[in-house]
Amino acid sequence: MNKKFILYAVLLAFSVAAPFLFPNYQTQLATLWLMIIVALTWDMTGGQMGYNSLGNIFFYGTGMYVCAVITIGLYYDVGEWTNASRTEIFTFSDRQYFTGMVLGILGAGLFCAASAYFIGMLTFGLRGPYFAIGTLGVAIAAGEIVSNIEWLGGGQGVSMPIYNGDFDTFKTLIYFEYAILGVGLFVFLNWLYKTRFGAAINAIRDDEEKAEAMGIHTLRYKLVTWAMSAFFVGAAGAISAFQLIHFEPLETAYQTINLGIFMVVCVLLGGKGTLWGPVIGAIMFQVFKETTWNYFLGWQWVALGALIVIVVVFFQDGLMGWLRLKRPEWFGVKVEQKTSEAGA
Amino acid sequence: MRTTLFSVATLAFGALGSSAIAMDCETITLGAAISLTGKYSTDGVHTQKGYEFAIQKIKDDGGVKIGDKCYNFNVVYYDDESKGDRGATLAERLINQDGVQYMLGPYSSGLTTAIAPVTEKYEIPMVEAEGASRSLFNKGYKNLFAVLSTSEQYLASAITLAAEMAKAEGKDPSEVTVAIAVENDPFSLDVRAGVVDDAARFGMKIVIDEKLPRDLSDMTGILTKVKLVKPDVLIVSGHAKGAATAVRQIGEQGVSVPMIAMTHCESADVVGNFGDFAENLLCSTQWSETLTYEDPIFGTASNYHEEFKAANADYADKTVPYQVAQASAAVYVFKDAFERAGSLDKAALRDAIAATDLMTFYGGIKFAPEGNNIAKPMVLRQIQGGEYKVVAPSAFASDKLVWPRP
Amino acid sequence: MDEILFNISLLIDYPIVNLKIIIDGVMIGALFALAAYGLALVWGVMNVKNLAQGDFVIAGGYVALMLSKAGINPLFGVPLAFVVMWGIGWVIYKVIITRVIERDLFTSLLATFGLAIMMAQLMNLMFGSDAQSVNLGYDTLRFADGIIDVPIAKLIGVGMAAVLAIAVVLFMKRSRMGQAIRATAQDARAARVLGIDTEKVYAFTFGLNAAICGAAGAIIVMIWVIQPFYGIGYSVRAFVIVTAAGLGNLPGVIAAGLGFGAAEQYGAHIFGDGYKQAIAVILLLLVLFFRLLQQRRNRQVLK
Repeated sequence: MNKKFILYAVLLAFSVAAPFLFPNYQTQLATLWLMIIVALTWDMTGGQMGYNSLGNIFFYGTGMYVCAVITIGLYYDVGEWTNASRTEIFTFSDRQYFTGMVLGILGAGLFCAASAYFIGMLTFGLRGPYFAIGTLGVAIAAGEIVSNIEWLGGGQGVSMPIYNGDFDTFKTLIYFEYAILGVGLFVFLNWLYKTRFGAAINAIRDDEEKAEAMGIHTLRYKLVTWAMSAFFVGAAGAISAFQLIHFEPLETAYQTINLGIFMVVCVLLGGKGTLWGPVIGAIMFQVFKETTWNYFLGWQWVALGALIVIVVVFFQDGLMGWLRLKRPEWFGVKVEQKTSEAGA
Repeated sequence: MRTTLFSVATLAFGALGSSAIAMDCETITLGAAISLTGKYSTDGVHTQKGYEFAIQKIKDDGGVKIGDKCYNFNVVYYDDESKGDRGATLAERLINQDGVQYMLGPYSSGLTTAIAPVTEKYEIPMVEAEGASRSLFNKGYKNLFAVLSTSEQYLASAITLAAEMAKAEGKDPSEVTVAIAVENDPFSLDVRAGVVDDAARFGMKIVIDEKLPRDLSDMTGILTKVKLVKPDVLIVSGHAKGAATAVRQIGEQGVSVPMIAMTHCESADVVGNFGDFAENLLCSTQWSETLTYEDPIFGTASNYHEEFKAANADYADKTVPYQVAQASAAVYVFKDAFERAGSLDKAALRDAIAATDLMTFYGGIKFAPEGNNIAKPMVLRQIQGGEYKVVAPSAFASDKLVWPRP
Repeated sequence: MDEILFNISLLIDYPIVNLKIIIDGVMIGALFALAAYGLALVWGVMNVKNLAQGDFVIAGGYVALMLSKAGINPLFGVPLAFVVMWGIGWVIYKVIITRVIERDLFTSLLATFGLAIMMAQLMNLMFGSDAQSVNLGYDTLRFADGIIDVPIAKLIGVGMAAVLAIAVVLFMKRSRMGQAIRATAQDARAARVLGIDTEKVYAFTFGLNAAICGAAGAIIVMIWVIQPFYGIGYSVRAFVIVTAAGLGNLPGVIAAGLGFGAAEQYGAHIFGDGYKQAIAVILLLLVLFFRLLQQRRNRQVLK
């Protein structure tokens, strides 16, 4: 127990120090947190509940747009703001900027949670590959529709207000927003998976019919889980909107074949249905991606495709699964603890 | 030490020509994210070729002279895959990890919109040649300079031309009907906005107003409507890929409209690829090799055209697209500004760029406080007998408009 | 909204347009149906959901394109693409697919998605990202004041698609291998007990699927355009059609394919060409939810 506490303390200290130790890599580190967040949230439904969504990117994109509408809409007319032919230059004071940022991120999270609840009522009737394809369809359709709404800038996308201060401060700010969200999510999941709720969604994964027969209201559990995961993805999308400053609907916000698939690959790399798997997978993936994008220019997508195939075909259980097989004693400790807890 | 050696070498081998001198110049590193893959790759490659050609020409001319030193440009390129978020990440990498202090623009308004906030925040001067949407110039950016005219001017002159033709026929311009098909991206939407504004000025009616599908591969549905509604003017804008699709399908479906105006004809090489189908199309262009602009490095516009073709075999039997020329002009702006600034300091350089008042083979370059070039008009060319002939504005016109299109 | 009403009014004012939309839709739908039939085959026989379906189509198109660049009549590209893609499909089966057959449902989806990314990018590196096509140089038939135009090349292409479909049906019905495939689809274990080499059947089926897609691609390159990244569009449409028609039902798949082609053209006419991609996925969602409601009536879910 003590050992664990020290490990967590060291990791946390490193997370706080990282942007100052590697100032030139702040953006990549921030992106790493984003990957960790989306991987952890994907695993909530994909790994823990057995519902493999390919459409979680919907909440990322929707989070961006909701955040933009709230932040800009608080002070200006959104349609005016996105109009390319306007000649007036709109500015944000520091106070306006931060008020908009806080409300935008919160609002994006809440909106996405609510939308997950309602979309889930339709999609959770689908199982297995149909669920995956159905959710993917929702994400693609949403991107296409948003890109045709002129009020939201259409295919031009939206430019967010720019922070007035120094750019390095801004980047550090974004890093810590991601980091706080990520740490919060991790602590939350660490707690959640140990509760009765965690046991219930695992039961849904293992056998939904039996879970239902035992009196678990499966649909409600599925909806709440997806809504919780959508809250964090939406908030992460909102932070991304501020980070990127400009985003457009199809390639950035609803980027179904980039981030939408990356999150799944991260989880598979690290190991589905574990708490640390998605985190480790995201780190491995991010390192792989940055290296191939730097050194295999032109071949990066081939390398990525090959990685997906190899991981899926040969290492389906991910790093954590492989470790469990090779070093059962590392996990054995945990198992014993659990049985003793249950015994007491 | 270096200077003395250099001057000795100049004394001794001065007669050997400029390339020997160029060897001794130091390097100024510029950075650029360019679309080498993805939907803008055709135009991205044009842009890169334009940059490289200008760098070579400036090198042959003795490089950039700052004080008593000389410099050559070198560009660090990355492939942005025609994606905005990728472009912004790469701009940061160029600045932070490659230590680039001066940037050349990417291809397309969308990519420039994505990159501009980054260069602005780092106060890195960026001279761009391929982002024309007005949405770039109402954000208050101080470090963004564009050598080209803004996009709403691309096809607005076609509307004026259609009004003149209507009058010549004894009709009222307000009777003219317009059909619009544009890509859903910042550039084409702004082209559309310019056309809509101008059409409203003449009281013309817009009868079809549609977006091209995302992959720009098919517009048969729109063309069927055009056949039914029979507008007087058809406007198409969708970069090189959109132009290629439009010309092919207009030809295949036998669509006949008195006036068809589009962007990016040269960059899609519609004459070489589609021959007769392209006949009598109106094409807007930032630059034409027939114009009478001139500068000391590239010579006249037609001289540039010939030399570029000679240096790049791929372009030997087609018209050099203006995307190439304006990319070269952007590099030239950097050379001129560095020499006037007299230092490598980026703030001094920014001020020097802002004060640019330059005549080039590409046209006049003088920046508004917002960063767009206000010293150069757009021209409209018509494809006549497989050649691009300037037909508007009348001050530059070399040939008469063929109207209506048979 | 005004535009939508205007577009609908065009359909009513010029009834001939309906005919044009249906002809166009059926012609493109015939090729969607080929790709969908291949998908239904591998889905039904070995429970593999192949997301690289569209990339097989595009790869077949490039085979025909290469042939015509070598100066040979592109019509020969159809059989050649059939053979070449069979080989590629067989290799892909041996390297990847054989290892995912027994795994859970999501595995094949993701593995073939990785394959799709790889294939698209490799084609991009090999052939460039420009949209390309082969011009057969045949005439275009025009009817009704030029509003309906049917290029003869398209007629030939659709005819070849029909011949291919009929050949496949006959093959599945008459030949020993066809019977073995159908037996494996019904119950793989029973088929094994009865002495069918299911591994061979699987490899054959996957090769056949790739070959059908390849032939479809070779037809597409003659009458539309191909580009390395267009594959995903064909994959999505194949999924829509199979989801709507169900597995193991060739006439159903063909009917759904033709109907889907027409529905998509109508959608594009009414809402605008800019919504084309959205229409394809929204049709998918509609089909899914319709089937879901059907199942819910029986207190079941769509698995």
